[in-house]
Amino acid sequence: MRARVFVTLKPSVFDPQGTTVTEALHSLGYDAVKDVRQGKYFELEVDAGTVAEVKRIVAEAADKLLANPVIETYRIEVAEEVVA
Amino acid sequence: MKVAVVVFPGSNCDHDAYYVAKDVIGADAEMIWHKDTSLGGADVVVLPGGFAHGDYLRTGAIARFSPVMNEVKKFAAAGGPVIGICNGFQVLLEAGLLPGAMLRNRSLKYQCEHVFVKVEQTDTPFTLASRKDQILRIPIAHGEGNYYAEADVVARLEKNRQVVFRYTTAAGEASAEANPNGSLHNIAGLCNEARNVVGLMPHPERACELAVGSADGLVLFESILRSVGGAAAPLPAKASAAAGAVANR
Repeated sequence: MRARVFVTLKPSVFDPQGTTVTEALHSLGYDAVKDVRQGKYFELEVDAGTVAEVKRIVAEAADKLLANPVIETYRIEVAEEVVA
Repeated sequence: MKVAVVVFPGSNCDHDAYYVAKDVIGADAEMIWHKDTSLGGADVVVLPGGFAHGDYLRTGAIARFSPVMNEVKKFAAAGGPVIGICNGFQVLLEAGLLPGAMLRNRSLKYQCEHVFVKVEQTDTPFTLASRKDQILRIPIAHGEGNYYAEADVVARLEKNRQVVFRYTTAAGEASAEANPNGSLHNIAGLCNEARNVVGLMPHPERACELAVGSADGLVLFESILRSVGGAAAPLPAKASAAAGAVANR
């Protein structure tokens, strides 16, 4: 099964890259864009029997490695489902 | 006294640290490959600067799983002095040996310059030869040195006097202008609660001889000699000359 993991900086953490991208978009005339937060995207091919098992494995992997809990949060999607 | 310099694939300040330990302060030194499962009986461990494992994922995120890190953790838990310099500091953060994390520099630039750093705490094995509030002029070279931790963590660090090094002006003022990367509270380096594990972004090992523009970093290595090697250990002539030059600055 394919799992997708979206890792983003916590809302409380300043994102220098996102801020710079926002400014660049403004210089291009996209004043409607109020804020940009940059993050990381992972696709994991997981060999497990059930969606719940895939979620469990991927969440554990995200906690241990894919995200740094000091500065980042993550969201996991498996198939069409979205898990907080 | 024996200094272990851990070498990760992508470390690039390992030879600088080894050179200072061996040739400048005259200690015994050994390079320890990251897959080794022994620290070779070392008294001090240095995690050097560089780009361990290519800085893939996050700085220090993969290095944390190198086999040698189990030994480093045991050594630190037993009270052994461990110092992480630049990338080594980032590894210590990812490994949970020090609190917090690094963000991309506020400028988004790789900052490579000499900065002024104040030594605020002298009760660590790496700063005990320093004067309190001594100002060091040493280089930084990093893209991700923007120290971050939750507000309560930073408050605890300040309360416990765990902020060992702070970016300041030459006069010792921790101003916004003196902050090269956006670090909270101008934090340049920390220690753990037990005070035996120290991490800092600036490179003292690149500032140990006047021939390279500054010998201010030598005080960290003199501290190691004094804390581990015993106060009686005489500095070799080369280091004494450099230390004298520091005193005369």
